[in-house]
Amino acid sequence: MATRSSPFVRAFVLAAAAFFISGCSVEPWVKPYERDHLADPIMSFDRDPVSSSYTGHVYEAREGARGATGGAGGGCGCN
Amino acid sequence: MRAGHAGVLPEDRADVLLHSYDGGGVTIQGPSLLVRKQFAQKFSVSANHYVDKVNSASIDVVTTASPYEEERTQQSVGLDYLHDRWMMNIGFVNSEENDYTADTFSFGISQDIFGDLTTVSLGYSLGNDTVGRRGDANFSEETERQHYRLGVSQILTKNLMLGFSFETITDEGFLNNPYRQVRYLDPTTPQGYSYEREVYPRTRSSDAGALRLRYYLPYRAAVHAEYRQYGDTWAIEADTFEIGYTHPIELGWTFEGRFRSYSQNKADFYADLFPRSGYQNFMARDKELSTFTSQTIRLGASYDIVRGGWKFVERGTVNVILDHMLFDYEDFRDLRVTGVPPGSEPFYSFDANVLQVFVSFWF
Repeated sequence: MATRSSPFVRAFVLAAAAFFISGCSVEPWVKPYERDHLADPIMSFDRDPVSSSYTGHVYEAREGARGATGGAGGGCGCN
Repeated sequence: MRAGHAGVLPEDRADVLLHSYDGGGVTIQGPSLLVRKQFAQKFSVSANHYVDKVNSASIDVVTTASPYEEERTQQSVGLDYLHDRWMMNIGFVNSEENDYTADTFSFGISQDIFGDLTTVSLGYSLGNDTVGRRGDANFSEETERQHYRLGVSQILTKNLMLGFSFETITDEGFLNNPYRQVRYLDPTTPQGYSYEREVYPRTRSSDAGALRLRYYLPYRAAVHAEYRQYGDTWAIEADTFEIGYTHPIELGWTFEGRFRSYSQNKADFYADLFPRSGYQNFMARDKELSTFTSQTIRLGASYDIVRGGWKFVERGTVNVILDHMLFDYEDFRDLRVTGVPPGSEPFYSFDANVLQVFVSFWF
């Protein structure tokens, strides 16, 4: 079994990184008025949360892997 | 990862979904109702009611137990709070079965940065499960589960979105199925093997990282691709690939196709057949911990039913999604085949059809 860093340490580092970069400001290279394609519902990563959450549950109950599914998630009780 | 930007509350909508899973001797059906509503301009509340009605005559059940029926009911509530470009959310989920109770609290925060080109989100969940065993009133075990999530959603060009998510999950407590058994060689029995209860480690820690791309084509359609890598302290490693295409046409139809491929190797304490009883400290014969691959093909269609609005409803859709899944196991054998030496039965495989029918209304 691989040695792993503490998840608490990892979460803290991730949080610190996120808060650090949030202080930066850059000129957006895609202007707000150029985002009509991105705003189209077909470009959503999670267009129908009720469906993606169910699909995630179907996979999680039948596969060893878990997490980072991108959907709405939620409790499982699927052991 | 929550869709959209941290600086905008999720849309008000209601969904009513019926789901049906049929494969490998198992059928699972039920509804899922999800409602989300904004209030006081800064808040959005959501509630979900979800049911799984299970009829199981799975490969495990037909070879070591009796077919059973059970029901799982899950209720969840969530609250989002928007402040400037910050979004905070809290949530609670309760899941109940006659032999399993799970409660999960979650907290998350997200913010738009870099001129709103980037959304960063962080999340934490704490889950407490109580595991029982039917027919054994004295059996009660606990499990604690913690999730740490990082998500980044990035606009790359005016037609290309990138999503990254990373999640660490730690479990501590009773992690095996209280009914499932392992098999071991036993020359004293006619079939040459016997069963005993599984024993799992009491801790597990996993990391998963996923990268997603979504591209708007020169005509109105989208393609997406996704890769996820997974590893845990039980030595399971897994890869998931997915590609998909979404195509709206005139008259309010949107069609979708997807292909997903998943593969994993086994946990280091998994075996289809152990050499003897109590062969090692931890022993599992759960096919979800074995080496296997699965593929899914999805076809979906969505139709706009309230174009132009009706009373307080702004728009509505009717949706049908069918997933066809194939599972191929590489070291889990089909014990319905008898009369052959133990360990030489054919490998198990099955396919499943998963149907979702739902209506959605935005108001």
